[in-house]
Amino acid sequence: METKIHTLVALVRDKPGVLNRIASLFRRRGFNIDSIAVGPSVETGLSRVTVGVSGSDAEVEQVRKQWEKVIDVVKVSDITSEPMVTRELALIKVKASRVERSEIIQIVDIFRANIIDVAHDSLTIEVTGDGNKLSSLYILLKDFGIKEIARTGRIAMTRGAGKPL
Amino acid sequence: MKISGAHIVCESFLKENVDVVFGYPGGAVLPFYDTLYQYDKIRHILVRHEQGAAHAADAYARVTGKVGVCIATSGPGATNLVTGIANAYLDSSPMVAITGQVARPFIGKDAFQEVDITGITLPITKHNYLVMKASDLPEIIKESFYLARTGRPGPVHIDIPRDVFTELAEFNYPDKVTFPGYKVKPQGHPTQIKKAAALINAAQQPVILAGRGVLVSNATGELKELVEKAQIPVITTLLGISCFPESHALSFGMIGMHGTAYANMAVDAADVVIAIGMRFDDRATGRISGFAPRAKIVHIDVDAAEIGKNVRVNVPIVGDVKHVLKSLNPLINESSRFAWITQLECWREEHPSTDIRECDGILPQYVINKIHEVTGGNATIVTGVGQNQMWSARYFWYNKPNSFISSGGLGTMGFELPAALGAKIGRPEENVWCVAGDGGFQMTIQELATIVQEKAAVKIAIINNGFLGMVRQWQELFYEKRYAATPLWSPDFVKIAEAYGIPGLRVTDKLQVLPAIQQAMEYDGPFLIDFVVEPEENIYPMVPPGASLAEIMEEPRETVHMGKNSSKHISNL
Ligand SMILES: Cc1ncc(C[n+]2csc(CCOP(=O)(O)OP(=O)(O)O)c2C)c(N)n1
Repeated sequence: METKIHTLVALVRDKPGVLNRIASLFRRRGFNIDSIAVGPSVETGLSRVTVGVSGSDAEVEQVRKQWEKVIDVVKVSDITSEPMVTRELALIKVKASRVERSEIIQIVDIFRANIIDVAHDSLTIEVTGDGNKLSSLYILLKDFGIKEIARTGRIAMTRGAGKPL
Repeated sequence: MKISGAHIVCESFLKENVDVVFGYPGGAVLPFYDTLYQYDKIRHILVRHEQGAAHAADAYARVTGKVGVCIATSGPGATNLVTGIANAYLDSSPMVAITGQVARPFIGKDAFQEVDITGITLPITKHNYLVMKASDLPEIIKESFYLARTGRPGPVHIDIPRDVFTELAEFNYPDKVTFPGYKVKPQGHPTQIKKAAALINAAQQPVILAGRGVLVSNATGELKELVEKAQIPVITTLLGISCFPESHALSFGMIGMHGTAYANMAVDAADVVIAIGMRFDDRATGRISGFAPRAKIVHIDVDAAEIGKNVRVNVPIVGDVKHVLKSLNPLINESSRFAWITQLECWREEHPSTDIRECDGILPQYVINKIHEVTGGNATIVTGVGQNQMWSARYFWYNKPNSFISSGGLGTMGFELPAALGAKIGRPEENVWCVAGDGGFQMTIQELATIVQEKAAVKIAIINNGFLGMVRQWQELFYEKRYAATPLWSPDFVKIAEAYGIPGLRVTDKLQVLPAIQQAMEYDGPFLIDFVVEPEENIYPMVPPGASLAEIMEEPRETVHMGKNSSKHISNL
């Protein structure tokens, strides 16, 4: 059975403990959450959760059904096989001496990232994109020395006029 | 007019037609108990340990079809409920468990008798709530009862802080619940039902595997109609027992680790398996890769997540068993399946699985058989876990729905006594027999006091083999008889019973088995019999762990027919 990362998106009720219920379910069924992102949805009272989880199609379908059983969960879709856009955001604080600075700025430009904070010996870079882009930038910046990184979970949406979640 | 949170709970109980609750008081629920005291329409049964309250509520729910209710205080009271809640969860028993919690300002402060009980019950409940406002109570209670009994039933837990019980709020009980995410789909998909019908009509060697879902959905009539029309042999799971009359010619006993040989052989040979309201538990299927290797599988279940969880399914139907069978039955052709049924009857003759070997001592099978004989099968049997459970499943003939009450999914020793109490409270007119192991009985023995206090005429049969029998059997068969921690000393159970005011008998002679059971039946009240049985008797057949159903081990010693009434099915014709 082929294992790959699946992208599940869900609408859940804004109730106390709802994240705990989701986390508990994945743990209980033996799945590691690869990435998770939570935010408001179009409807008031409902949040949208995006989870990345790896497994075979059958395994992930099982966890999707179990997830849908959680009472405060309205709907869960596996959009992995649909055309979609995904985004993550990272903040990277990189060591930057005076001489290295321009080289870093060039890289930042190529990646269409932004410098959002400048200090004596470091730059803080904000970058959005899919996971590959973020990783590529990270690898290039590693040569300068990374002091800190913060990365969000992945959010995803199907392309075009497809049925909204 | 505003009333207190405690009054709201009681008023909501009345709206939900709750007339019995099982519980135990304490600091955090004191305001609630003070209010409950004023409601004489709600009978409170004081157990001796909160685990007993949960098991009693669970069994009460199973025999009545109503939602069982149990109550405990915060902290240790609540944690004592946990085993019982998990038991109800795994066996899909409708239950509402209420716990007191420390007052709101103390939550999260590690206050006296504070535990994060909703954190603990989260994975063992269908849903749970921590109530933070008395005004939320009516809606939460309405939702809880609704969730507990609809769809796939299960326990719902409500944790109520002490000061929410005393807070005042308006009482308006909602008529409806609204859950954007909880949909119960009773009707199966028509296309799938048609596919299933085509598969069944074309089947040469079909079997039905019926589980507790048939009982939960009250679909025993629809099942019988299907079986008789299509002439399909019926095999049940452990918890499916009593969903189809075992005296029926097409009843072929139980599947699984300790199922009948002929049932397991039939599943192995089947070309179509129609699984109804069951969930392919590993104790039922044996090694999954060897399960029903020749069969296409139709799976009817109300819980979509059960479908495809353990076995590959050819025709999944998500829906309530009763609704689905109602749509399916008209599409089924009348058939005789003479050759196939004859084949099963031959297997039943050759591998009887319900016969008993000759023995001078008392065999557990013999005891169960005699309970059947004396009660004429008119009894609800509540079992412990282990060998006694399997003997009870196999040597009593169940014809009335929900007459076999047992802890299947969790396999909770100690279930037997409090569950028998709950069953008797739910079915006061019925004979209720508690079949206990000497081990399991000592796990919840204190409920003898509850039985006496509540005047519940439960008859108790201890199958006393001096061992933790089922574990000993595994040690005998798979650990070269190294009996580590299974020999079990027990007190004199008759004296114990006497101390509780319950008459009892110790039976060591085979000839005394029948008269003892008769005496218990004639006595108007609870009665205990300590049957001292053959210590190392094993339950056969057995599918060894890791083996497939076809690799069943049968009784190695010779068995004899118990006269002409030996076969389950003949005895009740
Ligand atoms: C609470 C609990 N603890 C342990 C077990 C494991 N276990 C399963 S059967 C069994 C032996 C039961 O002994 P007894 O109650 O005497 O019944 P018997 O098998 O002898 O009929 C044990 C220890 C269990 N099922 N439940």
